[in-house]
Amino acid sequence: MTEKKIVRPYGDTTGDGMVQVSFTLPVPHDKRAEGAAVQLANKMGMDPAMLVHAKQMGDGFTFFVVYGRVNHLVDLDKVQVVERDFPLLSAKEVNTVVKQRLRRKLSVVGACIGTDAHTVGIDAILNVKGIAGEKGLEYYRELKVTNLGAQVSVPELVEAARQEKADAVLVSQVVTQRDAHLHNTREMSAAFREALPAGKRPLLIVGGPRFDETMTGELGVDRIFGRGTTPGEVASYLVHALITDKKARA
Amino acid sequence: MSGKLGLDPALVARARELARRAGQPVVDLARSHTTVSVERAVLRLAGVTGADPDGIPWVNRLVDAVVADVGLGHGVAAPVFDALAREQIGDVTLLAQKAAAGSVRFTQPTGKAATAARRAARKAVAAGVRQIDRRRAERDRLVKRYGDPEQRPWIYLIVATGDIYEDIPQAQAAARAGADIIAVIRSTGQSLLDYVPEGATREGFAGTYATQENFRLMRAALDESSRELGRYVRLTNYASGLCMPEMATLAGLERLDMMLNDSMYGILFRDINPIRTFVDQRFSRQVHARAGIIINTGEDNYLTTADAVDEAHTVTVSQLLNEYFAHEAGLADWQLGLGHAFEINPDLPESFRLELAHALLARELFPDAPLKWMPPTKHMTGDVFRGNLLDGFFNLVGTMTGQGILLVGMMTEAVVTPWLSDRDIALQNVRYVLGAAGGLHEDFVPAPGGFIQQRAHRVLGEAVDLLERIGDQSLLTAIAEGTFGIMKRPADRGKGLDGVARHEADYYNPATDILEQAA
Repeated sequence: MTEKKIVRPYGDTTGDGMVQVSFTLPVPHDKRAEGAAVQLANKMGMDPAMLVHAKQMGDGFTFFVVYGRVNHLVDLDKVQVVERDFPLLSAKEVNTVVKQRLRRKLSVVGACIGTDAHTVGIDAILNVKGIAGEKGLEYYRELKVTNLGAQVSVPELVEAARQEKADAVLVSQVVTQRDAHLHNTREMSAAFREALPAGKRPLLIVGGPRFDETMTGELGVDRIFGRGTTPGEVASYLVHALITDKKARA
Repeated sequence: MSGKLGLDPALVARARELARRAGQPVVDLARSHTTVSVERAVLRLAGVTGADPDGIPWVNRLVDAVVADVGLGHGVAAPVFDALAREQIGDVTLLAQKAAAGSVRFTQPTGKAATAARRAARKAVAAGVRQIDRRRAERDRLVKRYGDPEQRPWIYLIVATGDIYEDIPQAQAAARAGADIIAVIRSTGQSLLDYVPEGATREGFAGTYATQENFRLMRAALDESSRELGRYVRLTNYASGLCMPEMATLAGLERLDMMLNDSMYGILFRDINPIRTFVDQRFSRQVHARAGIIINTGEDNYLTTADAVDEAHTVTVSQLLNEYFAHEAGLADWQLGLGHAFEINPDLPESFRLELAHALLARELFPDAPLKWMPPTKHMTGDVFRGNLLDGFFNLVGTMTGQGILLVGMMTEAVVTPWLSDRDIALQNVRYVLGAAGGLHEDFVPAPGGFIQQRAHRVLGEAVDLLERIGDQSLLTAIAEGTFGIMKRPADRGKGLDGVARHEADYYNPATDILEQAA
């Protein structure tokens, strides 16, 4: 079977194009509101659109669930994503590479910067406890991890990176109100560029559920990790970027 | 034999005794130290209000001026009221303004001047405490008039737009949709601000700043809702972070009904200095006791960083410590919204039975406390359909084990701040479970010696073991070594340490005097 290039959503039959969406409109529930929901679904490319549920919430809002067929096609050749471009190593392999080729501990400094107090992400990656059964970077014998925790200012982070002679700096950003995650990341990368010459600058890595992984250049960082990243992936990337494929780094 | 779990009363008593032993040195520490925030709270009770043109409150400017002249260890009440008499100024806020301009010098009064200053300070602070008393009486009246919610658990919903004027209609809509308690989440940076912002605020990150004016506006709006709905809708905020004592004071003055107020949360999750936290904690709990405020403790947080099965006993230990600290500060059992959470990995076999065991253990250990039951967050993946199911099971545990306060879980946890429709779906979930199984706790009796009983016994046993280990080395050491939530927090580090001072021999704090007299 040849690989398909063009696909459509799948309900229960190949090519049926069926999707399901839910949304709220700021109108009370009546016939007109239901018509409005169908109109929106049509404009989203759903035709025919089946309104399967409508429920008024409070005075002036209605919640809708709509099923329908979308007329859009997806061209798999035109999809742009950041594919993992480094081999995934086990903790043992990471330790071995660091020990044999770096011949010292690899220093990692992590923090949540700005006003962000959500340490869930950085803790999942760094704490021994890790996430989903996978141990965090503190568990790696050959990594020296400094977790600065929440609400660290950029100058504090730069200073800590300098003190710890950080090979890599990991920044987690969960709060995205008013694009805080993007502003904070740009501020951080600019500060490192200013404080340290290119050769001395640690690898800058940012992570969080709402980042676009293709924005590294724009944000001035070496790598962006999105939702679902595991400590093992981060450790493997560190080894790849700092040791086994050093030249690859711009 | 007691209750549904057949807990050994001797072991339960032993757990409480060990918690007392672990907590006692911390209480001694709190009784012999003060902090800038405790002193600012005293000034707020004495009537200092407002802020300078940069938004720094006059209480901060006044405490800073006193500390610069005489240090913190005497308490600011006597130097402030001594200066007031010397300068012949009638109003404390005016004195703060003059002090900020550098035109007042402070000294620690002695002899007759000291007696006079103390008397004047006590009179002013007593007026503030009377205001808190009036607010409490007002709540009692309103609860009598409008009534409490018909069902237990009370339904607790969060509002967090960053803009108090957006929060208000959302909170009123939530109350109309069935919320009994509205919590306004604070802006994410606030816990580490060493001052309380002033006025109504419209800019916040993932939450709205806690200010006296925002408290007042929201309480007034919910009074309106209470009238409309015929049940008293409660308001919650946070007495945590560096300004905990002031937050408690403002909450008392503005008739907030519940405050998040954990004995160790700031230490573990905000890296605030342990001594600062324990001193601030004790004062804020004394204020809450006086104000008739229900505190909510933060044990749920441990389970977001540590494993909810392996570390279940640390929740029990923290609940026992929170109970000890609360009683010591004068809080009654009905004011103890001790926290716990539904955070076990749903992929683990029998995870629901384990949750039932843990929730029932908390219920039976603290039969007269309302208990605050917190929804799953750690294992909410973004799969909103699975999340809604998980929240349904969370609600079921809540009603089967008689929890007092149920924080409504959102299927969009970890995805977005809740949308209107998310909240509606979540409340529908709660209503279905409470409607379909609200009385199930009457029938639900775990089999003697079965899985749930065994699990509860084991967690209690592990809690006692941990308390015994803490007893040998002191609570501060345990915290320093990362016993709770796996964060290591030594007593000589952390934020806010420079705002802590040991009491001098002539330390005077009229607020503590008044609050302890009542107890």
